[in-house]
Amino acid sequence: MTGPVLAIARYTALEAFRTRFVWLVLFLVVAGFGIAAFTGDLAITETAQTQAAITASILRLAAVLLVILFVTTSVNRDFSDKSVELMLSLPVPRAGYYLGKLGGYTLVAAFTAVPLFALMIFLSPQASSFSWGVSLLLELLLVCGFSLLFAFAFSQVTASISASILFYLLARSIASIQLMAHGPLSNQAETSQFVLTRVVDALAYLLPDLGRFTRTDWLLYPASFDVLGPVAIQTLVYALLLSGVALFDLYRKNF
Amino acid sequence: MRIALFRPMQRPAERPVQQVPGVTLAVLLLGLVLQLGWHHSLPPAQASADELPGTPATGLLTIASLGDPVALSKFLNLWLQVFDNQPGISIPFRELDYHKVRGWLQASLDLDPAGHYPLLAAARLYSEVPDPDRQRLMLDFIYKKFLESPNTRWRWLAHSVLIARHRLEDLPLALKYAKALADKATGARVPHWAQQMDIFVLEDMGETEAAQIVIGGLLANGQVTDPHEFRFLSGQLERLQGKAPASN
Repeated sequence: MTGPVLAIARYTALEAFRTRFVWLVLFLVVAGFGIAAFTGDLAITETAQTQAAITASILRLAAVLLVILFVTTSVNRDFSDKSVELMLSLPVPRAGYYLGKLGGYTLVAAFTAVPLFALMIFLSPQASSFSWGVSLLLELLLVCGFSLLFAFAFSQVTASISASILFYLLARSIASIQLMAHGPLSNQAETSQFVLTRVVDALAYLLPDLGRFTRTDWLLYPASFDVLGPVAIQTLVYALLLSGVALFDLYRKNF
Repeated sequence: MRIALFRPMQRPAERPVQQVPGVTLAVLLLGLVLQLGWHHSLPPAQASADELPGTPATGLLTIASLGDPVALSKFLNLWLQVFDNQPGISIPFRELDYHKVRGWLQASLDLDPAGHYPLLAAARLYSEVPDPDRQRLMLDFIYKKFLESPNTRWRWLAHSVLIARHRLEDLPLALKYAKALADKATGARVPHWAQQMDIFVLEDMGETEAAQIVIGGLLANGQVTDPHEFRFLSGQLERLQGKAPASN
């Protein structure tokens, strides 16, 4: 199965070059330079920190959106062109098709993360940028995973993109939502509040805590590479779960 | 017989679960168990109080507003107002850095000069803390902003007169604000009671002669046209004249 998987991954990654996705990433880098220069001019103190924090935050969000859009439209094109049917008519198992696509999108995530990491090296200490860059890559890998899952599940661009963005925002803020649900303003004696808090707790169990990924404070205040450990484990665990769900859905799909 | 036109749309049927390979199901279950276990093993998120950040330059905020400064101003108002309730933690207002609070109120007002929200927050929310220094800071903010547009912001300075008089018990400060109201808020829509607050402050201060002069001036220059008000102020004048033997 390795041969077809690699071939699918290769052609998926090639699609990124042929649809000028790489140019978009380069444009993002140039825009990042512009944002850094501009914020540097405006800041009256802590110029370097302000540049790094604002640029990193904008680039992270832009990279996530780019990857969601690319994965969703790419899968949708496969469905519209009937490439999926063609692929599945060949002696390739559905798992092979899925792994090939996921592999290709992982390469796309790397094309996206590496130039942004290179840019951040100019704006913050090298070691801090390294942690940030690796974490961005892992975060984008998860973004590829859930974008692929929603693209398979919904088969419609608008619904898939909306679901991906909502999932991302929820995963980014779930820790804060959980704290608020348990906070002093929440009256647990009320049934509705109690139920809502339990629902939030259950969601927190099922979502990856993306709030721990690619943190801007790593760029500003030196953090050891240990911070990458939990991020890597969460990525592996959640990639496995996403793959399980996506494959379950794919195997049940009737083309 | 079913008419074809109204036949319900049927989605392509899904394949039965038995078609899913066992390995896929195992991966799904393993992933789920690992995710639940991993989340369970993580330390719970800790609530930490964030310090109120300093205000960025107005230019930066204008850019951040994406051409809609009024909307950003409203957002800032709400953000600042709920800053004491951060996720999982509640911070008393008195622990906030009031210089920064003032900076954010100023920024909000810069973005939406016609808005009253920052002034209301300063007068009714942040001035409620039992800390004279913080109260004075808010009152000073309201006073400075009043001077920029007296005829639209008079009500907040009128409220400040009451805070200075009753909470701070600083009658000279109350008089300063009341005099500013009388001198600057001269628009047709400003009610006379606001313009006449200095009379009552002067009376509280025992400055009955000065109060008489102010009332006498008002009655003489024809500013008071309402007969009920004229009668009320005349009564006040007579009462003060009775109170101040030196002037009799």
